[in-house]
Amino acid sequence: MGLENIITIVLLYYLHRNAKSANVSQQWKKYIKIAMLAAIALLVLGSANIISSWFTSILSVLLISGVAYVVLNFKEFQNTKPLFFAVIPLIGISILGDLMENIFPKAYETWDKVFDVAGFFAFIWAIVMYFTYRKQKRILEAERLVAIEKEREYEITRKIKAQLEKDVAERTEALVKKKDELEKTLSELKATQTQLIHAEKMASLGELTAGIAHEIQNPLNFVNNFSEVSSELVEEIEEELNKGDLDEVKVIFTDLKINLQKINHHGKRADSIVKGMLQHSRNNQSERELTDINALADEFLRLSYHGLRAKDKSFNANFIADFDKGLPKLNIVSQDIGRVLLNLFNNAFYACADKKTKESDDSSYKPEVKISTKKLERHIEITVSDNGQGVPAHIREKIFQPFFTTKPTGQGTGLGLSLSYDIVKAHGGDLKVESQEGEGTIFTITLPI
Amino acid sequence: MKILIVDDEKDVEVLFRQKFRKEIRKGEISMEFAFSGAEALDILSSDNPPKFVYVFSDINMPGMTGLELLENIKTKFPNINVSMISAYGDDENYEKAKESGAKEFFTKPIDFESLKKEINKLINP
Repeated sequence: MGLENIITIVLLYYLHRNAKSANVSQQWKKYIKIAMLAAIALLVLGSANIISSWFTSILSVLLISGVAYVVLNFKEFQNTKPLFFAVIPLIGISILGDLMENIFPKAYETWDKVFDVAGFFAFIWAIVMYFTYRKQKRILEAERLVAIEKEREYEITRKIKAQLEKDVAERTEALVKKKDELEKTLSELKATQTQLIHAEKMASLGELTAGIAHEIQNPLNFVNNFSEVSSELVEEIEEELNKGDLDEVKVIFTDLKINLQKINHHGKRADSIVKGMLQHSRNNQSERELTDINALADEFLRLSYHGLRAKDKSFNANFIADFDKGLPKLNIVSQDIGRVLLNLFNNAFYACADKKTKESDDSSYKPEVKISTKKLERHIEITVSDNGQGVPAHIREKIFQPFFTTKPTGQGTGLGLSLSYDIVKAHGGDLKVESQEGEGTIFTITLPI
Repeated sequence: MKILIVDDEKDVEVLFRQKFRKEIRKGEISMEFAFSGAEALDILSSDNPPKFVYVFSDINMPGMTGLELLENIKTKFPNINVSMISAYGDDENYEKAKESGAKEFFTKPIDFESLKKEINKLINP
C-alpha cells in the first residue's frame, strides 16, 4: 500500500529532471508539478487512513496509469521510458496486491507471502534496471555533449568559413584595385621615362647649340670670304689681261680653282653639321647604318669643345685625337653613338674645367682631353680620357645609375651616362670607367665589329 | 715687313694670301702662318730680335688661347703689335684683349677692308 504513490513521485521527479534536456513545454511542466502534488497528497491520505483505503488506492492507480500513459505515448518523455520499465513489475504487483487486499481480503492473506516475494524480486529488478538506466543515461549524455560540441565546432567553422570568404572577397577587390592603380602608375612612369629621355636629348642639344652655331659660322665665313675674294680675282684677271701678263692670269686661275673647291668644301661642312643636328634632335629611333667612327668622334669632339667654349669664355682645354686609320666602318645607330660620345666629351671637358677652377692661377695645369680609337681582334675600342679631377671611388659605381649627377641642381639631368650605358649595351658593346682621383678619368667603349 | 697670322683653321692661309696678293707681290708685306699659340711662339722666337712687326691671332683655339698668346707675346716681345680676331665679339673678350695690350679687336667674319687699312697704316705710316 502506498508504493504506487512513491513510484509515481519518483517517476515524476525524473520526468521533471529530464524535462530540461528534452525540451518539454511549460504546459507539461505544470502538469508534472500538479501530478507530483497529487501523488504526495494521496501518499499522505493513504498512510493517515483519513478516507477509505480502496478509494485512495483507486486514485493512486488512476494517477500512475495516467503517468504511464503519458510516458509511453509522448515523445518528449522518451528518455524516462527505461526507468518506467524498471518499475513496471513493482507497479503491477503493487496494484494487484492492493486490488486483492481490497476485493478479496481473505485470499490476500493466504497469498501475502507470495506477494512479498514477488515484491522483493520486482524491487531488485527495479534497482538493477535503475542502474542500467543510469549507466545508459550517462552514455547518452556523453554522446549528447559530444554532439553538441560537434555542432558548436561546426557552427564556428561555418562562421570562420563565411568570414574567410568575406575576407577573400574584400582582399581580392583590394588587390584588383591596387593592380589597376599600379598599371596606371606604370603607364605614367613609362610616359615620363620617354619624356625624360627626350628631355635629356634636348638638353644635350641645347648644350650643343652654341657649338653648332660656331661650327656653322666658320665654314659660312669661308664660303663668303672665298666667293668675295674670287670675284676680286676675276677683276684682277681682267686687269692682267689688259696688261697682257698671261703668266699672272694663269696663276690667278689656279687660285680661282682652289677657291671654288674651298667654297664647295666649306658649304658641305656646314651642310653636314646641320644634318647632324637634325638627326640628333629627331625623336624616332633611326636605323643602323655603316658609320665611320673616327669622323663621328671628330665631329662631336668639336661640337662639344665649341659648345662649352661658347658657354664659358674662360674655359679652355687642349684636345688630342688619336684615330686608328685602319678602323672598319661599323653598323650602328650613329645618332645614338654620337650622343654617347658627346656625353663623354662633355663630361671630360667639364671635369678639366672643374679642376682648372680649383687650381691656383700660376699652376702649370694644362687641361687635356684625349680621344683614341683602336681596332682589336673582334672589337673596336674607343677611349675618352681627361686629366681632370677624377671620379672618387665611392661614386664610381653610381655614375651609370639614372638621375645620378655630381653637377649642381639644374645643370645636369643625371641621365647622360645612364642612357649612354644603355645605348652601348644595345649595340652589344660595353662601357667602362677607370679613374684615379686627382689624376683623371678614362671611359672605354668597346663595340663589336 | 713681316706679319704673322695665327688661326687653327688652315684655310685662313689661302684666304689671306689671296686677299693680300697685291701687297705680297709688290713686296710690301710678307706673311707667315701658325695654327696654334705654341707654334706662333716658336716662330716668333726663332729670330732674335724677331722680324715680325704685327701678329693677328684668333682667340678661340684649342690649347693656348689667343688671349694667352697675346699675354705671352706682350711679355716676351713688347714691341710687336698684336690684334685679335674672334668669332665671339663679346665685351668680356674685348675688355680682356684690350687690357692685355691688343692693338685692335676684329670680329669674324673678318672685314678685310678695315684689316687692310690697319695693315696699310704700317706700310705708309
